[in-house]
Amino acid sequence: MPDMSPKRNEMPVQEPDVRNKNFSEVALGYTEEQAINEAKRCLGCKNKPCTGACPVQIDIPAFIAEVAQGNFAEAYKIITKASSLPAVCGRVCPQENQCESKCVRGIKDEPVAIGRIERFVADWHNAQPDAAVEKPEPNGHKAAVIGSGPSGLACAGDLAKKGYDVTVFEALHVAGGVLSYGIPEFRLPKSIVQKEIDGLKALGVKLETNTVVGKTISIDELMNEEGFESVFIGSGAGLPRFMNIPGENLSGVYSANEFLTRINLMKAYKPDGTTPVKAGKKAVIVGGGNVAMDAARCAKRLGADVTVVYRRTEKELPARAEEVEHAMEEGIAFRFLTNPVKITSDENGWVKGVVCEQMELSEPDASGRARAVPVPDSNSEIAADCVIMSIGTSPNPLIKSTTDGLNTQKWGGIIADENGLTSRKGVYAGGDAVTGAATVILAMGAGKKAAAAMDEYMQGK
Amino acid sequence: MFEILEKRSLNPTVTLMRINAPRVAAKAEPGQFIILRTDSESERIPLTIADYDRSGGSVTIIFQIVGATTEKLNHMNEGECLCDFVGPLGRATETDGLEKVAVVGGGVGCAIAYPVVKKLRELGCEVHAVAGFRNSELVILEDEFRAVSSKFILMSDDGSAGEKGLVTDALKKLIDSGEKYDRVITIGPLIMMKFVCQLTKQYDIPTVASMNPIMIDGTGMCGGCRLTVGGETKFACVDGPEFDGHLIDFDEAMARGAMYRDFERRAHEDTCSLFRKEVN
Repeated sequence: MPDMSPKRNEMPVQEPDVRNKNFSEVALGYTEEQAINEAKRCLGCKNKPCTGACPVQIDIPAFIAEVAQGNFAEAYKIITKASSLPAVCGRVCPQENQCESKCVRGIKDEPVAIGRIERFVADWHNAQPDAAVEKPEPNGHKAAVIGSGPSGLACAGDLAKKGYDVTVFEALHVAGGVLSYGIPEFRLPKSIVQKEIDGLKALGVKLETNTVVGKTISIDELMNEEGFESVFIGSGAGLPRFMNIPGENLSGVYSANEFLTRINLMKAYKPDGTTPVKAGKKAVIVGGGNVAMDAARCAKRLGADVTVVYRRTEKELPARAEEVEHAMEEGIAFRFLTNPVKITSDENGWVKGVVCEQMELSEPDASGRARAVPVPDSNSEIAADCVIMSIGTSPNPLIKSTTDGLNTQKWGGIIADENGLTSRKGVYAGGDAVTGAATVILAMGAGKKAAAAMDEYMQGK
Repeated sequence: MFEILEKRSLNPTVTLMRINAPRVAAKAEPGQFIILRTDSESERIPLTIADYDRSGGSVTIIFQIVGATTEKLNHMNEGECLCDFVGPLGRATETDGLEKVAVVGGGVGCAIAYPVVKKLRELGCEVHAVAGFRNSELVILEDEFRAVSSKFILMSDDGSAGEKGLVTDALKKLIDSGEKYDRVITIGPLIMMKFVCQLTKQYDIPTVASMNPIMIDGTGMCGGCRLTVGGETKFACVDGPEFDGHLIDFDEAMARGAMYRDFERRAHEDTCSLFRKEVN
């Protein structure tokens, strides 16, 4: 009989007033007992609505049933049939909009905490001694993967398991893409990302960091001169957007990408870090997505008094509810219906404040989303010595501009069919490079799909 | 690995290194830059490519010891390896259609001006090079410049090398003497480039300035290197590093360049005292 308690098992977390001063992980994960107890709340629905809502269709009731029995190794096997990065997805997936949103328990009570159980299973697995990895028999085919973020890692892993000779090219000096430079340590410890990358290396995947495809080498050179039969582009959406308002280039104004890269990739938060970052005394973060929450919480941890300004209301915040809740608990202020129009400067060209206009929501338009419109003569200034623009990113044009015949959307996204095939034979793409900024799990799913299509293509050659 | 094949001191604060980096050497063009890290804890620093040898697979960099990382770099020796070395980044210097050019370099910027002069000469262009330094001790690449430029003018602030005066004085004299340039290319300290651009604006000579702002990734990802050029925001790493000098907001670039000066000074002092301790 399932455990019918209406509430899910809480996951232990660091206290808000403690964690907002350190970069250690906020959520501490279930114990075995908590994981088993939570797993017992699952009804094991035959039609598996949760699985249907998972972008990579993990057999959720099956793995949860194993957890309920204490068979964690078996549960891990079931998850990894569909997912390449369970320790990552268990932490950063928006489960409340995916699997957990369709959980039958959620109709009356709280849904089963699927994400927390997934995370537990992955962490349990990672804590076991490394099993000897069986390197697959080489099949004699060579494939290249551009970018080592979620889509690239998933694609490389699936190809390597099939025996392909896979090389991943990464522009930065460490692998992981947004998992390394974007998502902060306190939400996704870098040791977990490293574990995933080490796992790929054990499978025989080669990693070439410091290689900017489009600059150091082109896709045509990879295919014509270096013998790669098929290429996957998983270069993400790394180009930061700005608002194009006066004062955006003042000292003290960052893109969220720069601010987070300094902190996560370059370890600027460590006392002996060699890369500086200045969160200032009073930081204003512009935007309401997960990246804005990450930037806000980093700035808080660096000692700033932090305000998030967002042009719509709390209800429209695109960030995960859990991230917003964590940010608020940590003492971050929010100003809704507030939109920057100008950043002001002190006499040294440093930020002094953000002039914002008051907004109001119009009636929802055809898409169902209410538009924010400015209230006339409503400007006011928020004092700030650091401003972080977190209003989104778009795909980097480097690859498009150096690859003849690669078609892209007007906004820069690479055009690919449902299997990831682009307008170039043998060239596949997936993740944010195709969709624009989205989620880790969608990127991972796209990488897996493309790997299957690339396999078919190379076998058919 | 990115082995240091050759190390040579050009003056007390400027060092030349030839690095083994075949993939970068295969693609490098004058005007482009690389980003390096000395070790696994190092920051990323951009340096303009001073020369390259495609068949030998090496890239030459010339750097001034100004901060912690260049200090550490200067303590590395031939045979040692840099942790990371990525490039070539940015756009190459545009040389199409040029027939007569003045290249104006200042200080360590002359290291970057030199390959531009060389390339232009190879293309059959007449090139007048003006190189300015604070004093004779700091002069670099004098013989190299003399060898490749059609006319070479050495300037120093105190008159201890070449003529006494600023590079703008020399450039003005050349222009006033009737030299007609299709373009002026200037590479050096921001303040020098600002005044070169102000001068050439008066004469309406198209001018390109090579910018070297603070950057992290060098691929367009962080936007830390952004500049205002003609009222528009540009990223030096992917749109540059060379821009129309008459349109660059130099004052903003100078303010942004000073963003971390306190941190940099402290880090440099810490690194120096660390090296002193090792010596003692």
